[in-house]
Amino acid sequence: MSSSEKVIEYNRKGFSPIFGKLGLVLLGIGLVLSILAYLSDPVRSAFNNVILLEFLTSIGLGSLFFVALEHIVGAVWSTPFRRVFEILSSVLLILPLVALPVYFHAHDIFHWTHVDVVATDEILQQKSPYLNMTFFTIRIIIYFVVWILFYWILSRNSKKQDITKDQKITKLNAKIAALFMPVFAFTITFSSIDWLMSLEPHWFSTIFGVYFFSGTVVASLAAGTFIVIWLNEKGLLVDGIKKDHYYSLGALLFAFINFWAYIAFSQFLLIWYANLPEETYWFLQRWEGSWLYFSVFFIIVHFAIPYFALLSQPSKMNPKRLKLMSAWILLAHIFDLFWIVIPTFSPEGLIFGWIEIGFILLAIGIILVTFNIKAKNANLVPIGDPKLQRGIDFRL
Amino acid sequence: MMDDKILYGYTGLFDTPDEIIEAAEKTSAEGFIKYDVHTPYPVHGMDSAMKLKPSKLPYIALVVGLSSMIGMFLFMYWMTTIDYPVIVGGKPFFSFPAWVPVLFEITVLSASIATVVSMIAIFFKFPNLSHPLQDTDFIRSVTSDKYGVSIEADDPKFNEEYVKSFFNSIGAKNITPIYWDNEEVNFSNTVLQPKFITFLLVVAMAVSGTTYFTLNKLMFMVPFNWMREQEKYIPQEVSTFFEDGFSMRNPVEGTVARGNMPYKFSGNPDAAGIVLVNPLFASKENLEFGKDKYDIYCSPCHGYFGEGDSRLNGQFPNPPSIHSEKVRNWSDGRIYGVLMDGQNVMPSYASQLNRNEKWAVILYVRALQRSLNAKESDL
Repeated sequence: MSSSEKVIEYNRKGFSPIFGKLGLVLLGIGLVLSILAYLSDPVRSAFNNVILLEFLTSIGLGSLFFVALEHIVGAVWSTPFRRVFEILSSVLLILPLVALPVYFHAHDIFHWTHVDVVATDEILQQKSPYLNMTFFTIRIIIYFVVWILFYWILSRNSKKQDITKDQKITKLNAKIAALFMPVFAFTITFSSIDWLMSLEPHWFSTIFGVYFFSGTVVASLAAGTFIVIWLNEKGLLVDGIKKDHYYSLGALLFAFINFWAYIAFSQFLLIWYANLPEETYWFLQRWEGSWLYFSVFFIIVHFAIPYFALLSQPSKMNPKRLKLMSAWILLAHIFDLFWIVIPTFSPEGLIFGWIEIGFILLAIGIILVTFNIKAKNANLVPIGDPKLQRGIDFRL
Repeated sequence: MMDDKILYGYTGLFDTPDEIIEAAEKTSAEGFIKYDVHTPYPVHGMDSAMKLKPSKLPYIALVVGLSSMIGMFLFMYWMTTIDYPVIVGGKPFFSFPAWVPVLFEITVLSASIATVVSMIAIFFKFPNLSHPLQDTDFIRSVTSDKYGVSIEADDPKFNEEYVKSFFNSIGAKNITPIYWDNEEVNFSNTVLQPKFITFLLVVAMAVSGTTYFTLNKLMFMVPFNWMREQEKYIPQEVSTFFEDGFSMRNPVEGTVARGNMPYKFSGNPDAAGIVLVNPLFASKENLEFGKDKYDIYCSPCHGYFGEGDSRLNGQFPNPPSIHSEKVRNWSDGRIYGVLMDGQNVMPSYASQLNRNEKWAVILYVRALQRSLNAKESDL
């Protein structure tokens, strides 16, 4: 606004080493545990590796989605911490590495890779033009190439703007983001079908892509919110990020928690209503034996508690509450993926042991370490962005 | 004239949203309580500038939303599982997933309606339809392109000169006093006046009377009724002639329906075998007719060729072959008796096959028997 032509003061401070150290420790423990897990029980480890892969996809791709969303709608309030989401989406670079073990164990976890089984199974035969190893390989390569390409373009443009302060880049980014959105919609849908839904190749749910998307958005938003608040409290972001920004982040988190519940329930309701055996068995598997307790627990953890914790207006502005709920929701997203993946491996009952914990630690470690590496030598605020001052001035 | 009027408050105008935010901050800092800020659109940051407390409306929304959700739940529970349980789509009576969309919608709907209604009732003091600010130049400006502050005379710090100088100090333009409209101040609440209530009553009676007359009388007036009302009993009508009051009478004892032959040998097929004779000739039409009926009604158990090797083999005790010596020696009438009464597991076919059909089937059975055990005379 006209009255405030002040220069934004942002000095790149030494990035707190705690983040990186904690990340390295978690990464180390996680790596050792997961290697041991692969040695002792490779099939179970491969299933857990799918959870790890999809969790990192959620964080990386979801963050990239928020960056693109800001560009495409010209949002102002989120500009001061857009760089946090950009740095978070660098997890996408690690994805192919994480996907490799799953790819090599594809025969153990994907039923449709067994050519002899498919030959005698009419349903799988019908699906084989899509579900076959060649096409699967081509598809996952396309996903990774496309995601990393868009990550690279968007973050490079943003960094370039820090130095050149070129306003044209903001317009260019909007166009790139517009290109990214449909690509994102298709790739996230098909990648979730490939990695998660095809674990049970007979089962199908047309809303599954949206379901995974809702979880992705919730998880990446929670990760971003946590890091934004944490960095802001350390004073590592620009001055002027206040409860109005927190409220917006919290409201978005709250909205997408509801969106997730809405989509999850829609998926369940349609299958419950139609009552077709080839669809219902997926839910029955998760509603029998000890999985029942986990399912109920998971609904409470993923929906009921965050819903009531973030319902009132003051709670969305309370940084402590927001940080707690962000961490909580990240855990809930891991449970979500666990709930999708593991009943296929162990239909007879709930299993949870050191293998699962190892992979969860590995996931958190990878995120912290990549964030640390990328953040160490970067501005944590897009100082060249023309929208930055307005974003700092943002009021509810 | 001006002195008679009661002062409502003072207003001042500003040109830009930044100015109005600053003015709101200064007004609240000055210690005014009863003041308001008017803008053509929601200006961001106004709540904190005016130091407004969070609104109480969310609590109303929460309470109404939750209670209507619970009420709806009990309502549906009572309807579908207690009062009128009907199976829908093979689901249990208490099928909670199907209720969730309804509960969700009713919660959202009732909460939003409650918010709007209570906003109108509490903040706009409905049924009060007038406000001193209405129809003033001030409100015309702030609803198009200006931003304004109004300070009410009820404010404890209010003092005409003080407010004027305060407005001047914060740079307000068009500082004007606003007066209550005397007519409106002296006007008592019109809703409960006898005249108005009488008017309402008259309108209500007129509307309901007209509705009654048009819907119940005019629309059901039958112009020509001489074909509708005839000298006869219509079904289910009360009779004044018969003692028991039924216009619908039972047939006389021993009445036989057309095309229906009474069967006297129920439970005694041997007697039927002695007395009854097949009335049909073994013509081509009759045999083909019998084959049709046999294939439909008999073959599921007896098999297409009467050997008891049917497609339901194994699901029921197999019937014996009809090619046995015993059945071959039975008369047509004896088989007719079996068709009427049934035998062992075989049920009665009295109602599935009529008389002609039964005799035609017997003809066909005879033909089947001869196909395996032909006599010399058949050649």
